Amino acid sequence: MTSVEVAGVGLHPFGRFAGKTVTDMGVVAVRAALHEAAVGRGGFQAAFCGTAYGGVATGHKILGALGMTGTPIVDVEAGCASGAAALMLGSAAIRGGQYDTVVVFGVEKMPRGIIRSSFFEPWQEEAGLAATPAYFALRAQRLMHTSGVTKHHLAAVVTKNRRHGVHNPDAMFRSEVDAADVLSSRVVCEPLHLWMLCSPNEGAAAVVLTRGDGDGGRVRVAAAVLRSHLPGAVLSESTPLAGLADDGIPAPSTLAATDAYEEAGLGPHDLDVVECQDTDAARELLSYEELGLCPPGEAAGMLDVGATSVGGRLPVNPSGGLLSKGEPLGASALGQVVELVRQLRGEAGARQVHGARVGLAHTVGRGANAGVVIVRR
Amino acid sequence: MSDPLPLRPGLIADGDPPRLLGGRCRACGHPHFPRQEACPYCASEDTVAADLSTGGRLWAWTAVTHAPPGYAGEVPYGFGVVELPEGLRVVTRLTEADPERLRRGQKMRMVVVTLAAGDERRALSYAFAPVDDGTVPVASAATEPAATEPAATEPAATQPAMTERAATEPATTAGVP
Repeated sequence: MTSVEVAGVGLHPFGRFAGKTVTDMGVVAVRAALHEAAVGRGGFQAAFCGTAYGGVATGHKILGALGMTGTPIVDVEAGCASGAAALMLGSAAIRGGQYDTVVVFGVEKMPRGIIRSSFFEPWQEEAGLAATPAYFALRAQRLMHTSGVTKHHLAAVVTKNRRHGVHNPDAMFRSEVDAADVLSSRVVCEPLHLWMLCSPNEGAAAVVLTRGDGDGGRVRVAAAVLRSHLPGAVLSESTPLAGLADDGIPAPSTLAATDAYEEAGLGPHDLDVVECQDTDAARELLSYEELGLCPPGEAAGMLDVGATSVGGRLPVNPSGGLLSKGEPLGASALGQVVELVRQLRGEAGARQVHGARVGLAHTVGRGANAGVVIVRR
Repeated sequence: MSDPLPLRPGLIADGDPPRLLGGRCRACGHPHFPRQEACPYCASEDTVAADLSTGGRLWAWTAVTHAPPGYAGEVPYGFGVVELPEGLRVVTRLTEADPERLRRGQKMRMVVVTLAAGDERRALSYAFAPVDDGTVPVASAATEPAATEPAATEPAATQPAMTERAATEPATTAGVP
């Protein structure tokens, strides 16, 4: 049976790199992935590049710098899930028989601070309605209302992920923090404090996918799904101006996860390791519920018992998550996939999830776009 | 100095009290805001304009402490979601910038606010203000709108369509002095 296999992965660390361009960082990640896959010029038939802020023909610039143009190069924008969208396209093209080998990469170079998004109309900006962290805060407040999550849980997500990030040489923040520090950082939008929010930053990640027969022992892409939102949820990542008084509308992350579990032929109980969107601390807990990692209302309990720490039942964000790595939008999802591939290969060093065989990567953001990728070996 | 105009035409119906301009789908019955031709829920184009209720209940809230991109007004300012009786939840500025002074389910009413950058009055927008129902403190009297308090449960359908701009002066300067 045809499988989509990961032949190589590459990463440019996530952080801030004055003087480096998006192209510089993309070259590092793509070169590393091609090298690991032993694929050179002519060895792949298409390329898919995820980026939101890279600008025109970002993928062409990167492959041009490597002397590897000539194939189709598709630039993909899907907000925080841009890399997942690129992976979905590349994976589907192999599965459908269009190509044998593709390069999928994601890059970004973000300014500091609140992300400016062309998603918002100028009048919304002028009215103060383009306040991205405020939407996060409203989601956090609702989660606290419905799921018994407290500010201490939000701080505990940060301390967990920062503890994991200490062991990730590609993360921007590599120091532990304690809950008191998190709770004494300034309030950005109540209930979210500064240290509960990830930092938009810079980086690149790349994956080489190739057709296989599933017998080579390589990590396989079992599912790569992108979904948009259903209308009506006022705090959906689609950031509408209004929604319905209806709490039963499935979140885009739930839609994507449901499709991905079906595509992979497994369920959340089969997962060994998860990398999920922790744009802010509450978003990680919300992801537990939206991805079906725990029943609705039980995210705080799952965190409390240490289930999602490395060494727990289902470690979440062993890489340190976006709270440690920072979030270069286009590189974010593929950075997660690179982490999972290394986990499944047993190459993750001190943050290794022992015996991990099935991993899930989740990104969600503006659009709305939600991406879920499941890899296994 | 000329009077500021609404940020975007088609958002606010002038009148006393002013109202948000939304729509309703005649096929599925769902309300929407802002007004659009195709229903966001069922894709029917059989939709009609509908003024929204001016009163509602607070569903979620926070305060923005740093100016987001493209915003030149004062911080902090209140930001939240108000649930209207027709079953619509509206994302909105709030005139109350202290989260501690707000509570879930609190009665709120729509007001028109003037957005300003320094001394320059730039444009009119909408916000929701707490209604003093005697149980919680509200914003100071100086920032309260002059308009009479609407009933929180007043259905939108009973309101006449507002076709004329009744006044050039905003009802309030709450939120952004």
